[in-house]
Amino acid sequence: MTLNTILDALFPAGHAVAVANQVLAGEAQTALGPVAVLGTTDAAAIDHAMALALAGTVLDTVEQHPGRPLVFLVDTSGQALSRSQELLCLNGSLAHLASCVDFARRQGHPSLALVTANAVSGGFLSFGLMADQAYALADAQVRVMDLRAMARVTKIAYERLVELAASSPIFAPGAASYQKMGAIAAIWPAPSATLLLDALRDIAQARGAGDQRQSLATTRGGRQLAAGVSRQVEHAVGAG
Amino acid sequence: MSLSIRHSWFEATARQRLAGLLDPGSFCEFLPPAVAQPSPHLAQLDLPGAFDDGVVVGAGQLGSRQVLVAAQEGQFMGGAVGEIHGAKIVGLLRRAVAERPAAVLFLIDSGGVRLHEANAGLIAISEIMRAVLDARAAGVPVVALVGGSCGAFGGMGIVAKLCSAVVMSEEGRLALSGPEVIETVAGVEEFDAKDRALVWRVTGGKHRYLMDDCAALVDDDIAAFRRGSIELLDDWQETPDTLARLRAKQARLQGRLSAYGRCRDGLEIWAALGISEPERVPLLDCDELIALKEGLPT
Amino acid sequence: MEKLEFKFPSQALLAAAPPALCGVVGSGNLEILVRSGVDRQICEISVNTSARGFGETWRAVLATFAASQAVGGTSIAINDMGATPAVVSLRLAQALADYRGGAQ
Repeated sequence: MTLNTILDALFPAGHAVAVANQVLAGEAQTALGPVAVLGTTDAAAIDHAMALALAGTVLDTVEQHPGRPLVFLVDTSGQALSRSQELLCLNGSLAHLASCVDFARRQGHPSLALVTANAVSGGFLSFGLMADQAYALADAQVRVMDLRAMARVTKIAYERLVELAASSPIFAPGAASYQKMGAIAAIWPAPSATLLLDALRDIAQARGAGDQRQSLATTRGGRQLAAGVSRQVEHAVGAG
Repeated sequence: MSLSIRHSWFEATARQRLAGLLDPGSFCEFLPPAVAQPSPHLAQLDLPGAFDDGVVVGAGQLGSRQVLVAAQEGQFMGGAVGEIHGAKIVGLLRRAVAERPAAVLFLIDSGGVRLHEANAGLIAISEIMRAVLDARAAGVPVVALVGGSCGAFGGMGIVAKLCSAVVMSEEGRLALSGPEVIETVAGVEEFDAKDRALVWRVTGGKHRYLMDDCAALVDDDIAAFRRGSIELLDDWQETPDTLARLRAKQARLQGRLSAYGRCRDGLEIWAALGISEPERVPLLDCDELIALKEGLPT
Repeated sequence: MEKLEFKFPSQALLAAAPPALCGVVGSGNLEILVRSGVDRQICEISVNTSARGFGETWRAVLATFAASQAVGGTSIAINDMGATPAVVSLRLAQALADYRGGAQ
């Protein structure tokens, strides 16, 4: 699906989104008013320049359009893999981007991420997973690593991983796993203006509720332990 | 330099680091091993777990300040974050919002996501990122201490940079992708992960300190991390992010990207920073390097 | 992974104490958790080990430990990542010393 097809389907009332260096920036019209559109395309491997471009758009929106919703379109294959990127602390630029998205939330900007094609590890962490809610298109690839690479690194037989992946959302790649695990609110069969509006309304309504992903994961049966363990630590009585 | 015996932070376990970092006898663990359960996901993959799932969380005192602490154990699964491990850290950070301790000390020693629980680990790191920012927004400084054998990589590298400040030793490493990953994907010409000196010139504590990516550089010594943390907190006032501050940071990151974006070795950047003998940087001790940085043109 | 359970008769350890943990589940290493058990004359030991097929070696090392030390009334849990018998014995001694230290 091309970017324009997605934009047309999400924003039939009009959009003006520019792409430079695989980074999207612009705005679109919705029944709820204008929204900022930003994100990445063509399985971008996020580098310093991309992270800073995204962060810049977030800060511009906060400055120029108080309260305007942020709609992130996520298509990232992860982070750029190079020595020069690491030399300048790529994790620092991704953290800066994440803190800008978080700042926008605190300033009253609702945010939504839609995974349009790929969402992988560091790239996904720095903005998609920082949004109030993340959604994914049905054929989107969401993962840390594919099972073959995982088998190589963990030295566990590929066949065994495939077998376990069938029943365990804990490490099975795919948007459905992330939905069960509480990180993706819903999977959309196709980009849709109606679904987008519903989602923006839901997000506006849930504002200030904080990070609900653990409890969602419990309800959906994806992570049975996380919410309980966090609660135990949060409320443990100190023995000292 | 003191003649007393050093207790290497790099070599120590998470529990040994905490014992030496905090005021003696002040540490109290939450969800200690005797009441915890090891990761069922590792058991499912036929691997033995650890009672604490590789992270020790609790409360203690640092120079009589009440602090909360999380210490990752690099020797267990590379300190990597799984479901329980991550949830313990998230719970601790949420506790900080409610309890308002003087600080949260985060002893990071981790390669990032535990692949055996990949999705749970990635999402937990995302939850940790938000929880760190929540604690800071509540006025609680979160200080990352990085000097363990696994460094701070992957999502934990991002978490470290979301903290109020990072205290590092020369031996500490802080980056996103591990050199081994870059070598595997992009080739040994791009990054020779076996070239230890190069790895430290790109990701190590001295380089991060010279570039202002960490706030303090300390010796590889548990007592030095303790002193460094106390000194840092003595002067620290946690204030919420503002648009102006994020703009200033953005400008600084953009400026150095244009200035050094083509460099591929710490040596090139150090020369550009005005260091006359960059090849001597790896030979300097901690105090000499701090003095060198203070003498640089700003 | 293999899960092993043992019960050895052992002279009663005098005082119960808070749980003590020793060691780390790293390559060639193990962690040992000592807690107070039920039967004062018995030392219960459960082992989770990454290496299969070493049940008899474990039995020999642990039986020697339970026979040579007063550890009756303790329950010991071990998570092992391929430690040698020498490392196991060393860590058992350390864990017991920590546990006894906690009783004082």
